[in-house]
Amino acid sequence: MTRVAVLKGGRSLERGVSLSSGARVEDALERLGHDVVAVDVGADLLERLRDGACEIAFIALHGPGGEDGTVQELLEVLEIPYTGSGVGACARCSDKVNAKHVLRDAGLPTPDWVAFSESALRELGAGNALGAIVQRLEFPLVVKPASHGSALGIKFARSAADVPAALVAAFSYDHKVLLERHVEGRELAISILGRPAGEPEALPIVEAIPRGQDFYDFAARYDIGATTFECPAQLAPALAARAQEIALAAYSVLGCYGFARVDMILAHDGEPQILELNPIPGLTETSLLPQAADAAGIEFDELVERILESARVRSLQAH
Amino acid sequence: MRDRHGAVSVEGDKRRRPARSTAHELERYGALFAQRTGRMRSSAMRDLLVITERPEVISLAGGLPDTTLFEPELLRSLLEDVASTSAAQALQYGPTDGLQAVKDCIVELMAAEGMPVAADELIVTTGGQQAIDLVCKTLLDPGDIVVAEGPTYPGAVPAFCSYEAELIQIEMDADGMQIDLLERTLDALAADGRRPKFIYTIPTFQNPAGVSMSLPRRRRLVDLARERELLVLEDNPYSMLRYEGVDLPTLRSLEVPRGSRDGGDFVIYTGTMSKILSPGIRVGWVVAPRPVLAKINLGKQSADLCSSSLTQYFVAAYFANGDWRDYINLVRDRYRQRRDAMLDALATYLPAEASWTHPGGGLFIWVTLPEYIDTTDLLARALRENVAFVPGEAAFDDGRGHSSMRLNFSSSTEERIREGVLRIGKIINEQVALYRSLTGAGIQDRPHEVAADDASMAPVVSLPQRGQRPRKRSREL
Repeated sequence: MTRVAVLKGGRSLERGVSLSSGARVEDALERLGHDVVAVDVGADLLERLRDGACEIAFIALHGPGGEDGTVQELLEVLEIPYTGSGVGACARCSDKVNAKHVLRDAGLPTPDWVAFSESALRELGAGNALGAIVQRLEFPLVVKPASHGSALGIKFARSAADVPAALVAAFSYDHKVLLERHVEGRELAISILGRPAGEPEALPIVEAIPRGQDFYDFAARYDIGATTFECPAQLAPALAARAQEIALAAYSVLGCYGFARVDMILAHDGEPQILELNPIPGLTETSLLPQAADAAGIEFDELVERILESARVRSLQAH
Repeated sequence: MRDRHGAVSVEGDKRRRPARSTAHELERYGALFAQRTGRMRSSAMRDLLVITERPEVISLAGGLPDTTLFEPELLRSLLEDVASTSAAQALQYGPTDGLQAVKDCIVELMAAEGMPVAADELIVTTGGQQAIDLVCKTLLDPGDIVVAEGPTYPGAVPAFCSYEAELIQIEMDADGMQIDLLERTLDALAADGRRPKFIYTIPTFQNPAGVSMSLPRRRRLVDLARERELLVLEDNPYSMLRYEGVDLPTLRSLEVPRGSRDGGDFVIYTGTMSKILSPGIRVGWVVAPRPVLAKINLGKQSADLCSSSLTQYFVAAYFANGDWRDYINLVRDRYRQRRDAMLDALATYLPAEASWTHPGGGLFIWVTLPEYIDTTDLLARALRENVAFVPGEAAFDDGRGHSSMRLNFSSSTEERIREGVLRIGKIINEQVALYRSLTGAGIQDRPHEVAADDASMAPVVSLPQRGQRPRKRSREL
């Protein structure tokens, strides 16, 4: 029996999902016989961890603060072992631009993009280069905030006229945004799960299939009933294997640990293109990682125990 | 609750599964859901508003009356009255159509607003919201048309949607719903062999727009309803919260003149104690033509048998205790100060590109920004500065409203209102400047939107001074 702090909620825009993930993890931990201290993350986090005398932290936070290395750094200082990726991997993954650079440098496929910051726009007049940027990438473009998150702030630009408003929207979420070439294809989510001893494994692939007619309607992806999920995705074995191999390579090159989810587009030419890595993907009942684990015969409680165990293993190795 | 193995829950609530859940979670039960739930949508915006629960956030998002203005001592003594005189009845079921004593209070309230009504023409409901729901339940089949103002009360949209109605929203101006547009819409529908089941309107101090329907338009709407035999649902929660100007007759009072003994034919009227006494007691009412009322009564039986007896006894005790106008006068003075504080703050902190309504009463101001600012994204940014509002999209069912927002001034102190508007204004100014610098960069293909002197891309937009620009969109009559 271990005394586990479940960190959830917080101030991120993904607070709602995080509360759901956290509640589910707490239930699982209790069933597994652990002592659970539920913590809605706020300014009093330190006190709560100390007063709770927690031996280990299960991080069920999504979005900035929880998923970008901030909380991980704090836990390192407190010498409290925690689940999932370390500070560096979280920082790399949570900034889509950094992650894409790492992927491209490693020779892994990710759609072409251009990033710039609000300050560059103001101080260097980067806006003047916008014309050249959009010409290089070609329309349609996807405009998104660099910080990792849900679909919030992601806009589709069909023409030059759409770009300024899309940028204003994306800058609502982050000081850095990217314009990414839009790749048409099938949306795949590949969850990776570490093994206490040995190499991490890629779980069965989940495909998100939009129900609506308008392919470009991003909002529809997040509307209830607008998307169905298929697991395992109907893919030729060789294609699935290649996508999984690329996902594992991305997980490794970004230095992820414990678990993560790789989102990619399988382009019509058959080439997978990595969009982003989520170091702490949703753990709600029907989030994609638990679905994939289920398809691999790993029940939720076992999934939670495995994630917890990998955190223990890491802390033992470190000492 | 099962043993938690000695676990110390840092939170007060033990079972902390939030009611809100992700799209993915709901997906799991997809096959079990009724067809109509497909129209009950979640949205990014609602997920964002989860954060407003946190105390450090200045929320101009809610629609809350300020219940701190109600004297706790009065609440205590009234509840003591109820306990000593009617404990058993207050704890018992009551009649579906409501307690007679409460109906008498409602008759008095309506009379004060020029609406003669008999106690058996009304049903006490569990808040005004239930009245809307029951009217929908009574009148709507899937695919039926409801006409409402655009924007409309964000809480009514889910009610219409859950009965699978098609919502058509008629644009408003400073004088409320544009009846010309309404007539054209009705004609176009008629040409198609269709007609709305009812027209939903908040004529006075509309939520969210803050404007009131002019007297000529009220008359025309009532005439139109009579000529075309259409039902109108008049939702009137705010008319007693008037901060300036003269009272306007309700649609109900135009249809049923003073001294008349006939009930109305086409106006269904709903009122509430929420804004004049307390929203927590959940006491509202609905007045309808008798055949409609009989169906509503049946609908209410299946919904909840009766509204809370305890809170109805409280209402009766409250009206018996003193003049109900006193508390209304108190909150009205306070809300007027808060409205003025918000109008001042808007004039001080918002850029020239913004416009807003000037509500003569009620709880809300509707702010419209340039079309390139999406207020849902703006909310995400505003939450980083610990301030919240309702994005305009919530007030439409057709994708409009993306550049507007609803601000509430009744539930925050003047100081917090000023601070909240200052923060929102700062962000809007930043975004306006950003947009200008981007459109000045030569990729914009709508050159008329680029100001000639924009080449400098001034990093800061100068803050306009109060009263500098005549841009108030609305006035009372």
